[in-house]
Amino acid sequence: MSWKSLELTGWGRNSHQTALTARPERQKDLQRAIGDSLAQSGLVAHGGLRAYGDQALPRGDDQHALLTTRMNRILAFDSATGIVTVEAGMCFRDMIRAFVPKGWLIPVSPGTAFATMGGAIANDIHGKNHDTQGSFCNHVLGFELITPDGNTQQVTPDHNLFRATIGGCGLTGVITTVTVQLKKISGNCVQVTETKIKDLESYLIAFDEAIAQNVDYTVGWIDGLAKGKRMGRGIFETATLSDETIELKPAKEKSVPIDFPALALNPLSVRSFNLLYRNRFLRKSRTTLTPFEAFNYPLDAISDWNRIYGKRGFHQFQCVIPRSEGERALPLLLDTIARSGAGSFLSVLKTMGGDGRGLLSFPMKGYTLALDFPHKAGVEALFRSLHKITADHGGRIYLAKDSMLTRDEFDAMYPNADEMRQVLASLPHSEKLTSQMAARLALTGDAA
Amino acid sequence: MSIQTKNETWLILGASSSLARAFAAEVAGQGHDVILAGRDQDDMAATATDLTARFDIKATPTAFDAMRMEQHPTFAAAIDAMAAGTLNIFLVFAQMPEQDDIDADPTLVVPTVTATYSGAVSVLHCLAPLLEQRQAGHVVIVGSVAGDRGRIKNYVYGSAKAGLHAYAQGLRARLFKSGIGVTTVKPGFLDTAMTWDAEGMFLVSSPQAAAADINKAVTKGKDVIYTPRFWWVIMTIIKHIPEAIMKKLAF
Repeated sequence: MSWKSLELTGWGRNSHQTALTARPERQKDLQRAIGDSLAQSGLVAHGGLRAYGDQALPRGDDQHALLTTRMNRILAFDSATGIVTVEAGMCFRDMIRAFVPKGWLIPVSPGTAFATMGGAIANDIHGKNHDTQGSFCNHVLGFELITPDGNTQQVTPDHNLFRATIGGCGLTGVITTVTVQLKKISGNCVQVTETKIKDLESYLIAFDEAIAQNVDYTVGWIDGLAKGKRMGRGIFETATLSDETIELKPAKEKSVPIDFPALALNPLSVRSFNLLYRNRFLRKSRTTLTPFEAFNYPLDAISDWNRIYGKRGFHQFQCVIPRSEGERALPLLLDTIARSGAGSFLSVLKTMGGDGRGLLSFPMKGYTLALDFPHKAGVEALFRSLHKITADHGGRIYLAKDSMLTRDEFDAMYPNADEMRQVLASLPHSEKLTSQMAARLALTGDAA
Repeated sequence: MSIQTKNETWLILGASSSLARAFAAEVAGQGHDVILAGRDQDDMAATATDLTARFDIKATPTAFDAMRMEQHPTFAAAIDAMAAGTLNIFLVFAQMPEQDDIDADPTLVVPTVTATYSGAVSVLHCLAPLLEQRQAGHVVIVGSVAGDRGRIKNYVYGSAKAGLHAYAQGLRARLFKSGIGVTTVKPGFLDTAMTWDAEGMFLVSSPQAAAADINKAVTKGKDVIYTPRFWWVIMTIIKHIPEAIMKKLAF
């Protein structure tokens, strides 16, 4: 098995770590790579490198990192039941392209098609349809896990490592295959309705109505710089699965070829972007048929879009707030963000329908708000205040995005944190599977 | 010459490599059946399941070892029985140890040359009559830019590929009489498991891009291609460096 020293970074490019990396293409090589690194200083498994912070960063340059993206084959597919088993490095784009033409949809998808199935379990990811479909692991029937003692386990919901692995940030083992139940569909697109929303109160009403109507997908874009009476204004999108099949145009690949200079993102440019975005259609609302990929992954159309934040990188704040606290917490969060002047283009508000199945699953019934912030002086203080508002209202921060939670903040938000620590402590050689995030949150290793 | 009609079979020799997998997906995506030949049976089986599930074609794994040349005639007979209709061949296997490792352990020369050259020539020579009988088909032989000029960094592997290029030229002339095309592919640096820890790589391209390039060349009936195409320019320059200068260069 060949290893090479490579600098790794999360999607937010806010921290970096050099590690010995391997990128196996066959089961045999994958197993050898895992065995070799467990026998040495341990490893971290990576999927599409779409976690924003330090979740998948090794703790030191003698640690190994395993890139799984070339392990991406379909191992079994039953066209009668829609049950599919794939290698864990298979990404959502592949799942959509392979199965939508056959009338089967991966029922839950994150905002990027480059995330992998293994990463989707490790973060119990959610999409724009949490109210109706729950999170990814609600559809997972089982997976294969190589635990830190080197043993291969078939994990189904009754297995003692199921709850710890779901949303478990890869700390219980390396996920090598995933079995998931696909959803039967009859078209290849969704019917999207976009409606302009004038303030936060109208937003919450719009979400309530959509949930009452059992709409398949709901998502809201918010102007993170709008203050006072305009706070919370934006565009609300709802979508329903369509029975129609539309012609798919091959996507033109756009990319961000260079790191933007720090100056490019300033309150004025963000304000101008938001103005343009809010007025991208003139009527009060519009309805269109949109293919799954374009609807689910609008940002993937521009590869390396994370470079607009320049070399310094950025952080994404994503919290979930219990539904009963939304009216109080969301204005506080939005006000704190608007006053900081540091908000970015991509502010997203969604609803969630209930708890996930993992010890560290992110979802709960409520509202989830996500925004990007360039990495610069003052951002940490801002995140501390946002974390505090979140925790004070019974909410939590999404570990897939996080790079800044302290152990105390984390413990206040995740009631099962200690149970997770106990599971990991009782897992033989769990110190071999660690990460910078695990150390920061004192989940494994000497700090636990 | 129309070779991309429906219901052809592509025999992929060395089907575990990422370029082979990408090319198999290319042709399976066009509705062709594939036979996946290689040593790692579990891996062949997984790729076969994957291609069948994605493209609703027939994908058959089969055991093949380039080094076991005494078995090649039996292998060819088995292929003859397996594939009805037009048979196309994609040959991609090779062994590329670091030149330093070969220098330190000259016993590595034989496996390198056997896997890269003799094994390839042996199996192609066993398969050529099948294609001639059918008076149809296409052969893709994956060579290397390393075969265009002997270089201090990889001349054992490079000389085997140079030999393979020469063999391909002869085979092309032979099969031309039967209306069968032979395409020699010279990839530049590909991002594969074989080159993962190789140093000094630049302008690296993905196996998928190379596979699409090769498929296009097959459709057009090209004899020799570089992928990506700019490697033709690079190699033309390198081929024209006088030996008196070349011997002093360290690449």
